[in-house]
Amino acid sequence: MGTTPASGTKTAQPDDGITPVPGLPATAVDAAVIEEEDRKWTPAKIALWVAIALLGGVAWFMLAIVRGETVNAIWFVFAAVCTYLIGYRFYSKVIERYITKPNDRRATPAEYKADGKDYVRTDRNVLFGHHFAAIAGAGPLVGPVIAAQMGYLPGTIWIIIGVVLAGAVQDYLVLFFSMRRGGRSLGQMAREELGVIGGTAALIATLLIMVIIVAILALVVVNALGDSPWGVFSVGMTIPIALFMGVYLRYLRPGKVMEVSIIGFVLLMAAIIGGGAVASTDWGAAFFHLDKVTIAWGLIVYGFIAAILPVWLLLAPRDYLSTFMKIGVIVMLALAIIVVRPEITVPAFSEFASRDNGPVFSGAIFPFLFVTIACGALSGFHALISSGTTPKLIEKERQVRFIGYGGMLMESFVAIMALVAAISIDRGIYFVMNAPLALTGGTVESAAQWVNSLGLAGVNITPGELAQTAKDVGETSIVSRSGGAPTLAVGLAHIMQQFIGGTAMMGFWYHFAIMFEALFILTAVDAGTRVARFMLQDSIGNFIPKFKNHSWRPGAWLATAVMVAAWGAVLLMGVTDPLGGINTLFPLFGIANQLLAAIALSVVLAIVAKRGSFKYLWIVALPLAFAAVVTITASFQKIFSPVPAVGYFANNAAFAKALADGKTSFGTAKTQAAMEAVVRNTMIQGWLSVIFVVLSIIVIIAALIATAKAFRNASAGIVNVEFEDPAQPSRIFAPAGLIPTAAERELGAEWKQLPADQPLEHSARH
Amino acid sequence: MNALLAGFRGFAEYFGGVLGADAYKKYLEHHQASGHDEPPMSERDFWRDHTDRQDKNPQSRCC
Repeated sequence: MGTTPASGTKTAQPDDGITPVPGLPATAVDAAVIEEEDRKWTPAKIALWVAIALLGGVAWFMLAIVRGETVNAIWFVFAAVCTYLIGYRFYSKVIERYITKPNDRRATPAEYKADGKDYVRTDRNVLFGHHFAAIAGAGPLVGPVIAAQMGYLPGTIWIIIGVVLAGAVQDYLVLFFSMRRGGRSLGQMAREELGVIGGTAALIATLLIMVIIVAILALVVVNALGDSPWGVFSVGMTIPIALFMGVYLRYLRPGKVMEVSIIGFVLLMAAIIGGGAVASTDWGAAFFHLDKVTIAWGLIVYGFIAAILPVWLLLAPRDYLSTFMKIGVIVMLALAIIVVRPEITVPAFSEFASRDNGPVFSGAIFPFLFVTIACGALSGFHALISSGTTPKLIEKERQVRFIGYGGMLMESFVAIMALVAAISIDRGIYFVMNAPLALTGGTVESAAQWVNSLGLAGVNITPGELAQTAKDVGETSIVSRSGGAPTLAVGLAHIMQQFIGGTAMMGFWYHFAIMFEALFILTAVDAGTRVARFMLQDSIGNFIPKFKNHSWRPGAWLATAVMVAAWGAVLLMGVTDPLGGINTLFPLFGIANQLLAAIALSVVLAIVAKRGSFKYLWIVALPLAFAAVVTITASFQKIFSPVPAVGYFANNAAFAKALADGKTSFGTAKTQAAMEAVVRNTMIQGWLSVIFVVLSIIVIIAALIATAKAFRNASAGIVNVEFEDPAQPSRIFAPAGLIPTAAERELGAEWKQLPADQPLEHSARH
Repeated sequence: MNALLAGFRGFAEYFGGVLGADAYKKYLEHHQASGHDEPPMSERDFWRDHTDRQDKNPQSRCC
């Protein structure tokens, strides 16, 4: 009992209104012992943290201050990992101590609502992987690539600092408060905390934001697969593979998830290799060579069918495949970057960092860099996951810091690796791949001429080099393959071929990367459509009660059709946009995602205020203020900017005027029909921006009112109404972090001595 | 060799946990521990119920 302090503190019961279950060892390590472990700085511990801080400092110095010809990718890894460690060890503990105040003597929903199905206690390390797989997808792989237009440093700073002070804070707090409320969703919490108006605004905003996010993710897939027979074949094959897996799991060997995932993975690899063979035949190249509009329509039809098919047939098996690939790919990418350590020649700040008319995305570095990189730094969508499955699986309250905060740090690391992969390729190739067709002209000659004429440092590319890169990765062309995914795929192929296989393997690695990004996105599209459909049905159900019945087919199909039509329309707008879709729409994706973050942080702010933690309210207010300023500024620029490349209505006016003047081509639109399309699209996009920002401002104001009210109540001595589930005593013990502390091991040993038949679960409720 | 095998098994178990492959095992554990009178669902029925519940209660995947 070496770690137990003075004997009096061990027997003292904390005054938390929880009566422990008799006959069991303590369910929590004594608070005083935790305090002592935290505060005790042994020389070894001091040396370790000094070393981490120094290494991180040197890495940041190499990235931010030293201006050599090149910078090695390993410094990105060190800067990120050291900053994460410090943020996790120090900042997240401040949040734990002053805001969340977890109590391990209290049972989690996984314990007091245990049903063996939805509410299941899950080992913290397993849940960490599970939660990470649910939050990380294509977002952190795409945003940083697009943001690399500004140079590597702005994106790197935002990803690493942003996650520590904003993204991980949001994920941690939403997860914790949802857990305290039995796993309630963000929408329900918004209604409780912000009232009817704030709650309704949050619900509508969430629904619209989901539509935008699904549409733009789909646009990334369309752009990656357009004119790519190999990509179309191998990604298309994921559908029959998933169907096969679904039937296998339902009828042939139920429950053999690992087995079917391995079979699916092998088939997936075969599809990638087979895709190369098919695309090299004449018939294959002709049959699978589809233009973007056709692929977009295919995706819309697919999206509708996938969302009405039963989960077991398509979504569940593809989810397994997607998770399997996710963990594998990310481990592989990390290993490859550490082993290969590519030299980066991209400047810290590019020539576009001080301009607002970059070819990849329009707008100035502030605020548009901060919305272009959403996932990886601050992603509002995570609030939906953190108030979904994960809170129902947590074993002990103190584990939330590791899972919520730590899981988001992990996603940020993925974003850093994606950034490194994208900037490890030649700058000329980067801009040729990511600029709209209207600028590059579409051929290697015109693209090379255009990119060389930009006057970018170190860019001098020949048409031959562009053609050779396309040939290496097994594509007919890499010109204007915008959307981030193809660039990441080239970067990954470039790194991986130095690791395994050489140039001959580049085609495989490229399509491997395209495949997994498409897999993540298709799963998100399918699941997003389903969730949106349920939200819509519930909303309509307030007026026509029949719609509330989710198994009523006509209602389900109608609601699905409405949601698919909504994101399909935005997708088609992006695909047919003469400016190349990504350039104008990607900022909308980031704005939508971060407005959702602002909504989530608003709800959290109101909750924290009600708990009376006014002194530390700034921990929530800081990221909320930043997200609000960034997204509201970005929205205002999108709405009011007189620069046509930035402002939707300015662009609309310019094209409308050109049409009125009887011009038959204007700017990037070569026909009158294209001009009319721009007028239509910009009007819709403009109004979407207006609706988003208005709804979000309503939510933020509602949260500020709730916060002020909580403050007034507190000063008047009135107890604020809390919506937490009543506290119940826990009957289990588990360590909080990755590695158990000495005190946790000691207590764990006491629990191991219990007889095996000791009933640890609450008795059946049925 | 045995240590290697144990390490691999541990990894497979962890990975299976992340995928959710152990859901039935955990259901049985819960069923036993909570002292139900009726017998537990068979593996086939459990997985049917598992995906059918996802049909009624969809969850987002992130971007």
